[in-house]
Amino acid sequence: MSLPAIEATGLVKHYGETVALDGLDLQVPVGTVLGMLGPNGAGKTTAVRILTTLLRPDAGRATVAGFDVAEQPDQVRSRIGLTGQYAAVDEHLTGHENVTMVGRLSGLGKAQARARADELLDRFGLADAADRATKGYSGGMRRRLDLAASLVASPDIVFLDEPTTGLDPASRLGLWEVIREVVALGTTVLLTTQYLEEADRLADEILVIDQGREIALGTATKLKADVGGETVAVELVDTTRLEEARTALGDVAGGEIWVDERQGRLSFPAHGDTGRLAATVRALDAAGIAVSDLSLRRPSLDDVFLNLTGRAASEAAADADTPTEASVA
Amino acid sequence: MSATSASTTTGRAAAESARNHKGTIWRDSPIVATRNLRRVLRQPQIAIFVLIQPIMFVLLFRYVFGTAIPIPGFDYVQYLMPGIIAQTLVFGSATTAIGMTEDMKGGIIDRFRALPMSGGAVMAGRVISDLAINMVSLVVMVLVGYLVGFRIVTSVGEALLALLLLIGLTLAFSSISAVIGLAVKEPEAAQSAGFIWLFPLTFISSVFVPTAGMPAPLRFFAEQVNPVSHVSNAARALTVDGYLCGTEICTDPTRAVLLSVVWIVGIMVIFVPLSIRMFRRLE
Repeated sequence: MSLPAIEATGLVKHYGETVALDGLDLQVPVGTVLGMLGPNGAGKTTAVRILTTLLRPDAGRATVAGFDVAEQPDQVRSRIGLTGQYAAVDEHLTGHENVTMVGRLSGLGKAQARARADELLDRFGLADAADRATKGYSGGMRRRLDLAASLVASPDIVFLDEPTTGLDPASRLGLWEVIREVVALGTTVLLTTQYLEEADRLADEILVIDQGREIALGTATKLKADVGGETVAVELVDTTRLEEARTALGDVAGGEIWVDERQGRLSFPAHGDTGRLAATVRALDAAGIAVSDLSLRRPSLDDVFLNLTGRAASEAAADADTPTEASVA
Repeated sequence: MSATSASTTTGRAAAESARNHKGTIWRDSPIVATRNLRRVLRQPQIAIFVLIQPIMFVLLFRYVFGTAIPIPGFDYVQYLMPGIIAQTLVFGSATTAIGMTEDMKGGIIDRFRALPMSGGAVMAGRVISDLAINMVSLVVMVLVGYLVGFRIVTSVGEALLALLLLIGLTLAFSSISAVIGLAVKEPEAAQSAGFIWLFPLTFISSVFVPTAGMPAPLRFFAEQVNPVSHVSNAARALTVDGYLCGTEICTDPTRAVLLSVVWIVGIMVIFVPLSIRMFRRLE
């Protein structure tokens, strides 16, 4: 068993009174993708900044590619790529100049850096825009360029700090494609995101953090299983008939049935039996109750977050933005 | 042992070049300076600062203020040019703070800091590119000066020594400016903190007028303390063969040159290591 590509134990970081990291541990095996998931202010960016040598932890220790981030920063820097939240590309340089510059500063020769830039810009669909100043690029193009720059030295480990924050859905899908390609090459990736779906789609393992601490770790499947299995959800055309429907579905649901009057919806556990969908249709049909929507609903990672913290992910982000009661008083 | 994201030959070669690479200040400074100069060339508004403003100041002082400022023993344009060049270079070096803060804000400094490059090269590259731009200002001012009557009357060697002192002055003030930029961190703050103190510094000096008529404390500062005065006086002695020491005309450049060198070296000994230390401690 080889060493993990990234390993951190007991990372602590304070900014004045604010605790950004409160004893965070993590491990990322070589060639895998860890999705670090949490609301704004959970400590994701602080963790990435420590692991990429930009910030010193107040306590704890971390190694990247086997090198201590505090003691051997240069060895770490020669093996990582970093794509930041704010897409650190120079807007007055062209795409090609940006990638070439990062290549040169990573140790590549002049001709080598240029050839590598050509190759990466082509791979990321930026060949046509290569000689234009990046201030004219769209948000999605900038993120792809940022990613290309961080891959110029073929790093073993890539850090993607909220790579799709602020992008429109089409650009987000495009960037996911590119990230998947990077992963397919065997690169170890640590990805931070506040999008539950993003972690679900890209990561092998998900580390959920809140207030600088781990609150859950596991595959997306495992985290969802912890919340509970799939549910059958039924929406009625005539929402005044919810009680009637509840009675009609009594046998099918086997006792446990929730009624959401506001949404005009009933739901009950599927218990892994997809046959219940058909049974539901038959029972409601027999009772003459018209259905507007019927679905088998998987728990989302939003449900996971809610289950773990008792708050929705959006509420947690709002908490992080507002001062605590103690500091207001 | 390592699994790299190198699917291609160029990718594998890149990985090989990059592993365990540690950039030196000699290798990386020109790369950073080239990048900075490209940025400047692509922002035409900067040309106004570098070209038009110096020309405007030379013409205003030569033909407006100069007509009312009698300098005993001097043609005003001869007195003015070495001083106004020093003044323009000091102001020009304040752009170092603006460049540093813009880079910090734009996230490029983070990118640089996560690369195996020389940290000193980020500072050195900035200072080199700012010096290059300031030298363009200097050349423009000398040319415009010649058009309006300025003449270097000394030897080539003396004129080159004056140039060296002016370069030293620019580097010294660039290093102060770098510290200001690293301290204030915001471009807007660098805009005011970087420039505001330069007005009294360059005006309470021998740059535009003789110091003899100033109130005693200002006169003392302008004649005995201010490095801008010393460099202006040294440049005068080395290009137009004389400067005003009090009410006299002095032609021996030795004292002014030595005081200039002491100031330039003194400033750099303090501010260069300080700026590098502040850069390394950025978080």
